[in-house]
Formats: sequence, C-alpha cells, structure tokens
Amino acid sequence: MFNLSSKLISQPVEASVIIDRDKCIGCDICVQVCPMGILALDDQGKAYMKYDECWYCTPCQTDCPVDAVTVNIPYLVR
Amino acid sequence: METREYTADVVIVGGGTAGTMAAIKAKQAYPSLSVLVLDKADIRRSGAISMGMDGLNNAVIPGKATPEEYTWEITESNDGIVDQQAVFRQASECYDIVKELDSWGVDFEKDAKGDYEVYRVHRKGRYVLPMPKASDLKLILAKKVKQMRCKVVNRVMATRLLTEGNRVAGVLGLDVKNGDYIIVRAKSVILTAGAAGRMGLTDSGYLYSTYENPTNSGEGYAMAYHAGVELTGIECYQINPTMKDYNGPACAYVAGPFGGYTANAKGERVTGCDYWSGELIMNMWKMANKGEWPLYLKLTHLDDESISKIEAILHHNERPSRDRFHAGRGKDYRTDMVELHFSEVGLCSGHSAAGVLVDHEAQTSMEGLFAAGDMASVPHQYLLGALTFGKIAGTNAAAYAAGAAQLEASQEQIEAERVRIYKPLELPAGVPHQQVETKIRRIVSQYLMPPKTVVKMDVALEKIEHFRKVDLTLLGARDPHELGRALEVHSIVDCAEMMAKASLFRKESRWGFYHYFLDYPERDDANWMKRVVLRKGENGEMLLYTKELPPQIITSRPASEEEETSHVQSVV
Repeated sequence: MFNLSSKLISQPVEASVIIDRDKCIGCDICVQVCPMGILALDDQGKAYMKYDECWYCTPCQTDCPVDAVTVNIPYLVR
Repeated sequence: METREYTADVVIVGGGTAGTMAAIKAKQAYPSLSVLVLDKADIRRSGAISMGMDGLNNAVIPGKATPEEYTWEITESNDGIVDQQAVFRQASECYDIVKELDSWGVDFEKDAKGDYEVYRVHRKGRYVLPMPKASDLKLILAKKVKQMRCKVVNRVMATRLLTEGNRVAGVLGLDVKNGDYIIVRAKSVILTAGAAGRMGLTDSGYLYSTYENPTNSGEGYAMAYHAGVELTGIECYQINPTMKDYNGPACAYVAGPFGGYTANAKGERVTGCDYWSGELIMNMWKMANKGEWPLYLKLTHLDDESISKIEAILHHNERPSRDRFHAGRGKDYRTDMVELHFSEVGLCSGHSAAGVLVDHEAQTSMEGLFAAGDMASVPHQYLLGALTFGKIAGTNAAAYAAGAAQLEASQEQIEAERVRIYKPLELPAGVPHQQVETKIRRIVSQYLMPPKTVVKMDVALEKIEHFRKVDLTLLGARDPHELGRALEVHSIVDCAEMMAKASLFRKESRWGFYHYFLDYPERDDANWMKRVVLRKGENGEMLLYTKELPPQIITSRPASEEEETSHVQSVV
C-alpha cells in the first residue's frame, strides 16, 4: 500500500489514514469530522494525516464524498 | 491567537450523544433561549459513539420489561450503590426517547408485527434492542441540533468552569485548531464531556487504541473537580471485556442472541452471563491468573447466515474497522475463535459508576450546573441513559437559565486559566505529549489497577505528586493541536489522583474487580453501603467523605412474568 500524500507523516510504516490524492477534491470534510483532529489539508489543498493519533473509527472514510480515504489499522494494533 | 468571547443562556460542554440531546431539549423547552454547544471535535462524529452503536443495551420497552425490574437489575449489578430514583427515571422515560429516535430515522430491529425486538444479556431482564443500521445516529442528532437553531462551535476544548461561589458563570477553553482562548459566559452549564478513557495504557501499545473514543480524556471530571463540584464512585473503575489488542467490545451483546459465547481455549463456554460488570471482570481476571487463558469469542459453531448477520452489525456500526483488524490477523469467525482480553482501566459511568454526582434531575452539587452521560454518576447508563439524562439535563438547565441572571465572569479566573493553558507553548522543544502521557498512564496501569493495596495507592500518589512537579513542567507543544493533547495529559493526572484517593478511602472491596482492595478484601455493607464523595476544598486540597444513599424506592426484586432460571453470572 502506498501512501500517496506528499505529506506522509514520518514513520517507518504507512500511515493509518491514506488519502488518494488523485481523487481528493480538498473539500475538508474528513478534516472536519475526524474526532482526534489528526487530518489537515496540505499546501496543494489535499488531505493528509498530520498527527499519528488515529482511533481508526472511520468517519473520514465514510463521509468522504469521493471515496478518497482509506483507513488502515495502525501498525501497533495490527 | 486571539481571545474569542461568547454569551449564551445555556452552554453545553461536549456535543456527544448526551450533549446533542441536551441542546435539542433545552431549545425545545425554551425556544427563546440561546443554546451553545462546544465540542473539541465535531458534533457530527464526536463522543463515545462517533460512528454509531450496535444497539441500545438498556431499553425498557413496555410489555418486555418494567422500570421496576430494570431499577432492581442495576441496583444488584452495581452492588447497591445507586440512586434508584435516577435509575428509575431513566428506565421510565427511555421508551419515549426510543420512539423519538425512531421518528427521526434511527433504525431499530422490529418483529413481524412492528414491535421492538429485545434480547437478554443482563442477569435477568430483556433490555437489548439492536440498531442494525445505526451508523448515522450522530449525524441525525447533529442535524437536529442545527434544526433547533442551537449554536455549535466545534474544535473548542473546554478546560475550566467559570464560577462565583457555588454557582456556575460560564466556561473557559481553547480552540485546538487556531489556538484562540475561549471565554463563554452562561447562565447555566451542562457538562457532557464523556468518559476518562485514556487512563491506563492499552494492550497494543498504541496510545489511542483505547476502548473509549480517545477524545474523551476526562476533562469533564477535571473541570468539575477544579470548580469544587462533588464527584462520586471514582473508585468504581471501568474495565471492559474487549478483543485482544483491538478496542471492539467482546460482543456478547451482539453475538449472544445468535448463539455466540465466550469460550476457553478448548472452545467450552465459560461465562453464564455476559453482562458487563466488575463481577464478570473478576471472574476473567481469576481465570487469567490460574492460567486458564486466553478466552475467546466463539462463533465457529454457528451457520454462515448467522455469522454474516453478526458481521453485518459488528463490522459496520460501532467499530467499522473491526473487519480490517480480523483480516489483518488472518481470522474469520467461521473458522477461528477470536482472542479476548480486558480493556485498559478508565472512568465511565456509562458502563460503571464513576462520575460527577448528579440526582434524578441531572443536577450537580453546583447551582446552575448539570451533567449527563458517561461523566455523570448514574450507573450503567449506556447510550440510552446518555440520551435520557441528556434530555433531563437540557430541559432543567434551560428552566434554570430562564429564571437566572448572568453572573459577572471573574477576571482573575479568566487570566489564571489563560496562563495555565498556554504554558506548554513556551516549550516548543519540551517533552512531546505522547511521552508525558505514556508516563502517567504507566503509573495508572502499574499502581492504580486492581487488585488495589494501600502500598500501591500510596506509591501511585507519591509518583503523581512528583509527576505534577516535574513532568508536567517539561511538557511541550508546538501548535494548538499539540497544546490540546498536552492539556489532556493534565486531565489524566487529575483523574489518576482522584482514582488513588477514592480507592484508598473506601475501606472494603466492592464491584468485583473494579474495587478489589486486598487490605480490605470483603464487601462490608454495614459500614460502606454509601457513597464515597470527593471534591476540591477551599485551599486546593482534595476532600473525601461519605454520603448516605438516597432513599431506596425498590427494595426487593419485582416479580417478573418471564421468570428464568440458571442465568447466574459465574465461570463454569
């Protein structure tokens, strides 16, 4: 699995929230609904996982209007 | 970073299930009042249920169960330490909430005649009402809040109450997105800030794989404490049976009615009743310490259709990433038993009993201040209790605000909190919040966990005091988001100290594993059939004392039409 965000958080395994930058329309909904507030838009207006504090609860994925978000289980929990 | 000020008649701290319902009902009761909801996340997906819930665990549906039966059930489940009038009120008024949710589009399981379908998971009665497609419950509540013209300010983390004497005057907090300082003046305040879910360390080692939504880090408990409000039952911890390493519930509630059960390694059934209680956890803990471990969720004996139905619920509402977790470990309910374990320790009246002391009107010990949901002391409330007491709190807070004047906010309180809030930003290269949080949660896991001893609690208190003096002053933050996380660590420390002191104060054992105190291993009804209450004293010290329970209204088990036997909670 490749994380297509240019702002991949710096960790040796993939982030738990993966954004498909080709699909992301920068609507900000995933950023808004994330309970932990860990997503942000980068300088090109695409969403990315900014903080490694994911509850893998999936509102970001469910509420994305263009199916650009995939939530994986964080490495330690897998 | 600026200062933003708001004024409202009623302000609600936390827009989860209880908070959104409180807002809706406050406005419904008094449409002319201004109602403001603060949430550190976004009310569309915030609070304990975030993505939804698989069912209502304690629905008292006429014809299926009675409020008397339910009240007695919870009295027994919580070893007698209950305000029966509050539990009875929840039981009597929850059916109206179910019907109202139904009318708003929440999907409940019904039989061929259109009646609600309820199942038995408790010791005796039938109260479990499945919600097969409840993943949109929070969206529905959030929409209602907007329809009612309540004002919502998301990404604001409330940190302290504004008070004057024993009356509430508003709320202070931080915008965790842009760092603004938030001052809210209000006539009445409703605390619905949820559980203290980030107390113990998780099994997985990931800080945020907690059973509770990790946003629920105990601010409600801490805010109430620092305002001098009474809390109770803090020694009655929450520890839940969950999947090993994954925060999904062990799920007898969902799988039980289909024939699933908790099994040992040989696949033999080991629990008679899977209702969550300290007694159940005690039985599990004893098995673990006898080497009869692990336990498993066993569904392999069920047919494919039943398993598919269970998956359709378990993998889509409450914990939608559950399928990914199982798939990642190569487990399938059809062929594999799935390992269970305990959750980390926390505080949550939703499943247990710890909370801000409220009566049956959701009134706290402070004038104008109400509380509901996982942080209010009505035991075993679950989702439906949050909704029912959210309604009660909203209605009563609005009635209070309608007849009250706005107090002047104390400039001294405002400035003191401003200084406290922004301190970690002065140390951008300070110790990151993750590390500081790990250390306090390590203290919780290693010393506050049952079995409790005086020695362990004393050591914990010594370490907590040191932690306040040293570690909290090293805590750094580089932006408003990290600042919010850093302030959450302060709430965790406050709750940890309350847990240690309340545990030391109750000199008996009660609630199974939740307060298993080796220095006083027996339950002592003669001396301790009462509440342990704590609050912050005038000089900043923690005061602990007992309070008699409110008068019992039901003193023996009501006769039930549906007598069932051999549903004893024990390990076979």
